[in-house]
This record gives sequence, C-alpha cells and structure tokens, in this order.
Amino acid sequence: MAVPVAFFAVFFAYPVTAIVARGLKADGTWRLGRIGDVLAQSDVRQVLWFTTWQALVSTALTLLVALPGAYVFARFAFPGKQLLRAVVTVPFVLPTVVVGTAFMALVGRGGLLDELWGVRLDTTVWAILLAHVFFNYAVVVRTVGGLWSQLDPRQEEAARMLGASRFAAWRTVTLPALAPAVAAAALMVFLFTFTSFGVVQILGGPTFSTLEVEIYRQTSEIFDLSTAAVLTMIQFVAVGAILALHAWTVRRRETALRLVDAGATARRPRGAGQWALLAGVVATVAVLLLLPLAVLVQRSFAGAGLGYYRALTREDGGVFLVPPVEAVGNSLRYAVAATAIAVLIGGLASVALTRRDAGRLVRGFDVLLMLPLGVSAVTVGFGFLIALDEPPLDLRASWILVPLAQALVGVPFVVRTMLPVLRAVDVRLREAAAVLGASPWRAWREVDLPLVRRALLIAAGFAFAVSLGEFGATVFIARPDNPTLPVAVARLLGRPGDLNYGQAMALSTILMIVCAVALLVLERLRTDRTGEF
Amino acid sequence: MGITKKVTVLAVGLGLVTLSACGSSGDDGGADGGGSKTVTLVSHNSWAASKDVIAAFEKQSGYKVEVLEDGDAGQAVNKAILTKDNPQGDVLFGVDNTLLSRALDNGLFQPYEAKDADLILDEFRVDGDRHRVTPVDTGDICVNYDKEWFSEHDLTPPKTFDDLVDPRYKDLLVVENASTSSPGLGFLLGTAAKYGDDGWADYWKKLKANGVKVVDGWEQAYNEEFSGSAGGKQAKADRPLVVSYASSPPAEVIYADPKPDTAPTGVAEGTCFRQVEYAGLLSNAKNPEGGKALLDFLISKPFQDDMPLNMFVYPVREAAQVPEEFEKFGPRAKDPETMDPARIADNRDQWVKSWTSLVLK
Repeated sequence: MAVPVAFFAVFFAYPVTAIVARGLKADGTWRLGRIGDVLAQSDVRQVLWFTTWQALVSTALTLLVALPGAYVFARFAFPGKQLLRAVVTVPFVLPTVVVGTAFMALVGRGGLLDELWGVRLDTTVWAILLAHVFFNYAVVVRTVGGLWSQLDPRQEEAARMLGASRFAAWRTVTLPALAPAVAAAALMVFLFTFTSFGVVQILGGPTFSTLEVEIYRQTSEIFDLSTAAVLTMIQFVAVGAILALHAWTVRRRETALRLVDAGATARRPRGAGQWALLAGVVATVAVLLLLPLAVLVQRSFAGAGLGYYRALTREDGGVFLVPPVEAVGNSLRYAVAATAIAVLIGGLASVALTRRDAGRLVRGFDVLLMLPLGVSAVTVGFGFLIALDEPPLDLRASWILVPLAQALVGVPFVVRTMLPVLRAVDVRLREAAAVLGASPWRAWREVDLPLVRRALLIAAGFAFAVSLGEFGATVFIARPDNPTLPVAVARLLGRPGDLNYGQAMALSTILMIVCAVALLVLERLRTDRTGEF
Repeated sequence: MGITKKVTVLAVGLGLVTLSACGSSGDDGGADGGGSKTVTLVSHNSWAASKDVIAAFEKQSGYKVEVLEDGDAGQAVNKAILTKDNPQGDVLFGVDNTLLSRALDNGLFQPYEAKDADLILDEFRVDGDRHRVTPVDTGDICVNYDKEWFSEHDLTPPKTFDDLVDPRYKDLLVVENASTSSPGLGFLLGTAAKYGDDGWADYWKKLKANGVKVVDGWEQAYNEEFSGSAGGKQAKADRPLVVSYASSPPAEVIYADPKPDTAPTGVAEGTCFRQVEYAGLLSNAKNPEGGKALLDFLISKPFQDDMPLNMFVYPVREAAQVPEEFEKFGPRAKDPETMDPARIADNRDQWVKSWTSLVLK
C-alpha cells in the first residue's frame, strides 16, 4: 500500500497541485474568487454542457454497439478470434491525429458513406460520437468480456433446469455477476469521452470543445493559467464524483463469483440465431473498426509502394536527428518500463484494496487511483515540469519521465482489470488455505494468483498498449533524439510534402501492427503458459 | 515458474524506479553543473539541423549540443516561462514576433549581443541595444493555392486579401483557429495589418460570408482540407485555398518522389504576413558561456546556409544562401504585411478574443 500511495503522491498529486496552485495563487495568496468568475462565463458553461451530454451519448452508444461484441468474444469459439480480439484493441491506442485522418475518409467528404448514400458527417457531432465508439469498443469488450468468459455457464443452466426462463436465468444469474464489470466499462468509457481531447479537437473543429480541450487551450495556447486551473478543478471534482459513485455501486453489487477458465465456457455458435449474432458483430467490427484502419494501411502504400517504409530508415529526412524507424524501438522500450511500473503499482494497490480489513481510507484510494485518467495530460505535463525540477527529484531531463507519465495512465487500467476479478475470488478459499497453515503470501500465490493470472496479463497488455499509444504527456517530455511512435507521427504530419505524409501513415501502420502483435502475444502467452485456456 | 517470473518482473520494476530516480538526478548534476561541456538548446518541435553542421560546431567550440524539443512554438515559450527560475536549457530558440512580448515581459532572457549580429539584416532586428533576443530565421505565412484545381475550374487563383472575399472564391478557403495555431494567428495579424484596427473585423465578416472554414490546427487544415497537399489529395480534400507558409510549395517538391518539375501549389503573394523567429540566452542558464557560443552559432554562416532546407525558413544573415528550390518554387513575398511586436503585444489578446466571437460563434 505504501508504494502505490507514495507513487501517486509524488508523480501525480504533487505535480498537479503545483500547477493548479501556480494558476490560482498570486503573491502568496489564493485567489479563489477566480472560480466564480470563470464559472460565470457562458462559454465555460457551454463547454461543460457539451462535455457532459456528448459523454453520456457516447457511452450509451458504445455499450449498445459493444456489449453484443463482449458476449460473442466471451461465449463463442470461432476461428480468428484471438486475432480479432487483438485487432479491436488497436484503435484504442492509436494517436488520435492519425485516426482522425483515417476516420474522415469514412464519414467525411468522398468517404464511404458519402459515396454510397451521399451522407457526410464531418461537421456534425456524429463524427465525434462514432469516433468515440471506435476508440472505446475494446474497453467494453475487454472489461466485460474478460469477466463474462470466466463466469460458469453451468450456473445459468442450473437455473434453467430449475424452471427459470432463459431471460430470467440470465437476469438473476449472469446479469448481477456481470453488473460490476459493465459498470466499470461504462464508467471508463464515460471517463474517456468526458475527458476526450484528440477526437474532439480534430473532428469537432473549433466549434465543439470539451473541458479537456479547453484546459489545453487555456494552458498551452492562451497561457491563462488561472482559468486553466479552475477548469482543471471543475474536471477534477466532476470526475471524482463520478468515480466515487461508481465505487459505491460496485461495492454494493460485489459478490464472490465462481470463476472458471475462459476456454471452458466458449463454444461454437449453435443455431441460426447465434450465427447471425456472430455475423452481426463481425460485420460491425469490420465496418466501424477495421475499415478506418485499412484506410491508413492503404495510404501508407498509396502511390509509392514500399517507398515510404524505405524512407523511414533514412537519416537525411531532416525531420529527425535519427531515422524515424528508431521510434519503434524507443516506443517499445518506454512501454516495457511503463508496463512494469504500472503492473507493480496497480497490482499492489489492487491487492491492498481487496483486503478484508481495508478501511474507508483505503477504499477512497481506489477512487484516487483512477483520477489520472480524468486529469488532462497537459496539466500533468506542465505539473511535472515545475514540480519535478529539483534534486532529489530532478527528473525533467531523465528518460524515466516518459514511462512514469505513461504508467500513470496505465495504473488505472491495471487496477480496473484486476479489482473485479480479485474481489470476486471467494474469500473462503483464502481462509481455508490459511486454516490449513498457509502463509498470507502462500495463500495469495496458491489461491488468488491462478485465478487472476489472466486478468493480470490482460492488465499488462492494456498498460503496454496504452503506453505505446500515449501521446499527450509523452509529447511534452519525449526527447528529440528519442521520439516515440506517436510523437514521430505527429512531427511528420506537421510538415508538408508527400514523403512526410506517407511516412506518417507508414509509421502509424507500424504502430498499429506493433500493438496488434503485442496484444496477440499476450493472448497466446495465456494459452501456452497453462495449457488450459 | 510463472510465478517466479512475475515476481522477478515486479522486483525489476521496483529496482528500476528507485535506480533511475537516483541515477538520473546524478547524471543531470554532472551534465548541467558549472563549467559543463554540454549546452542545451530548448526549441519547438520544428527544430531541425544537419548533423555535420552541428558536429562542426561541437568540434570547434568544444561544447556538446543537446536539443530539447518542447511541443509547438507556443508551448515551448509557455514552458520556458514556467521554468524560468530553473530552466531546462541554456538557449531558447523559436520565439516568433507574435509571442515575443510574452517572453520579454516575463523576463525570460538575459542580454547578449551575438558575434556577427551586425550582419543580420536590419529589417529583422528588434529590442534596440538591449539585445535580449537574436533573430535567427524568417518566413511568410501566406494563402497557398492548388494549381490543378484552379486550372481545372478555369479560374485565376486569388492574389490578395481583397480577392479572398470575392464571391468567385466562395467556400474555397480553409484557415486555422487564430487562438490555437500560429499560422492562424499570423493570418489574423496580416489582416489586421492590412485593414487596421477598424477594418479587420469587417473584412472577417465578409470572409465568413464567403464561406471560410476554420479548423484548429495546421495539420488538419493542410493535410485534410487542402486539396493541393499530398495528404489532402489522399483525403479527397475539397478546399483549394489554405493558410500555410510561402515555403510550403518548395516542400511539396522536395518531399516528393519522384520530384516534379513544378510545384503543385502556389502562393497568393498579396496575403502574406512576415514571421521572424528569435533565440535568446535564458535568464538563469546554467551554462551561459556555452549558450553564448550557441547563439553565435545560430547566426553563423554555416548554420544560416544549412537552415532553410531543414526548417523551411529563410536566413536572416546578409549574403546567406537561399536554396535554389526556394527561388524556383516559392519565392519570397515582395511586400508582406508586417507588424511591430509592441503593437502585437498590445492587441493580440483582444484581437483573438474578438475574432473568436466574430468568426467561431
């Protein structure tokens, strides 16, 4: 417990407080009156309103589209499932500037919809909503599906044998078990869409603005730190409230579940209905997720064959001090370090949070752990800059800063993936082990670990993928001789000319493939390690 | 064994955090400490220079150059102001005339007159005898047009600000948000310079009525909306006019493979606003001597000759070489709009505010 607390105090709470204080303090006195001033502006209220409603609609839409997917991935066995599951996670980690470019090709001018039905969505809020579904589909599939696949279908079957209808059995057995995961997923999607940055900035243009975008503008462009500080606090309070509410609902529904290996629960679809469902989900994934990705790949080859890829290895492009392809290695190294930190911190925190003697304070920490997801990268970045600038914590020029910032965003994923599963472990098993003389460590190792290994791997995969794609904080601190993939892509897009644009698309394609392979390896690893899945 | 592995990973992870936390601060102390042989240049992410030119400077001066890129130009300046007391480097490069006042008013720089400063062309000098900043490069923000589109539609491309409000060019122009993008701000300042305090708002009303489209950043405007750019062609973009730079057409040629004989895009010469970028020695630089040497280097002939093709800007030094591609595909505007940094300082925020409510709301 002490380790995660210290980690968050030093690398999150302290920097963020420092930057907020910088904005709200003048000559040593707090100017809290600014809060009222800022709230009184109609622009700010409009931003708040738009932020909230688009997040609500995006979340509903994502659940609607992705829950059937979660079911299909959890319960059906079909060829190519692992690959598909890895691929649907890729959008989540791609830099938004690239996705925005690709997405426009679908819903914008001359896009697929335009050519088929003359429908263009590029100046409407629909583009934002669809992109949010595109980005967050994996959150629902992986969070809900992960648990769903481990629920024993025989429980539902037992209920049916006892006379319950299909729906009643599902409602009384599966739904309550699943609810915390659905709530967790919905919450995450809400968080991501509430704090949406890149999507809104690119697809929304200057007319639509979320709190996060506004914080960025006020901090980075207009340099009005006091307005940014107030907005950060508003976002903080809003996110904190949502998280607290969520923690409360999850605890109320907490039940010990009988978890089984995922491999035992999935089977080939039977009957026309199930096949139709599978086909429907695959079609949705193909149109909504794969098509934009395919557009990227196509553009990376367009006109030049492999030319753009070859150009990546050249040093004389002028844009970088190193051949762009080196960004791949940098990204991987950073992501490995970030994943190690995130799994360590998040794992320790999750275990501490599931202990029975965990008091109210510890539970409150659960909420705190999620806050980095709700605080803008620019706030964290500026905070790092002014807070971590003196020995013994002068990390500003250190490479570790990048993985640290990335881990900050990775930890919540680890915790959210681990907690539902850890909490669902039957306490009596652990007690039985203790009664039989096992030390707490041994009880954890023999009882908990085998049950949570899968969740741990998924968590690590997520943390890894998130680190690979993290842009907001990284772009603040990545050094020019060590650009990460997303940073390199953004720089290439920032220059005119065929070669730069093509290289950006080629690098994006590589990022996409690296992510897909990383996720695929994790899916595989799970299989090989135990031989049971 | 799975367990053992995991424990190892955890242990290594922990060790890594502790180690690097200690290790890196030690390194920094060594690198930045007094009498150091490293000089750090803080810049925005458009910084680029040829390796051999940097290497020659390192060899001749004895300093090793570290470059720290800090996001876009606005971010780099803002971050430098935030870290003023304990700066990240010795020299900041990339403050332009639109942001200069913010940097100077916040006491970001200490005076230093660079060697050869007298060889900088007069028109780029600012700050009188105080020499807190040194001009390094210059460029023009101008409307670019898609040559192919205009020849296909049998229309002459616009040449001036006035042309842009002509109904013949309705719905053709895409510009950047003046509050979030530096070419966007430059274009706004260009109209303010041209039409004055009383006229620019009227001009923008006409521009709005003529269907100008505003997007947040240069990348979106240029790569997604502008039909003449490489990205725009792939994105099936449909706006043949965009606010970009006078050096964008040469870039379209240089970064093409194979290289075309003529640039696919051109510049509307009567729509240009001149941007100048400065560098300065940071107030609390840890290696001021190295910083001074670096400033000398930035306006030395080798760097000034090398710069245009790396950063797509023009040199400020007399008799520095301008690459022939620049002359051929994107000659400098003859009579660009300019504005005194003091006037920009006084009006920038108010103009951007009025512009936002006028054009975006």
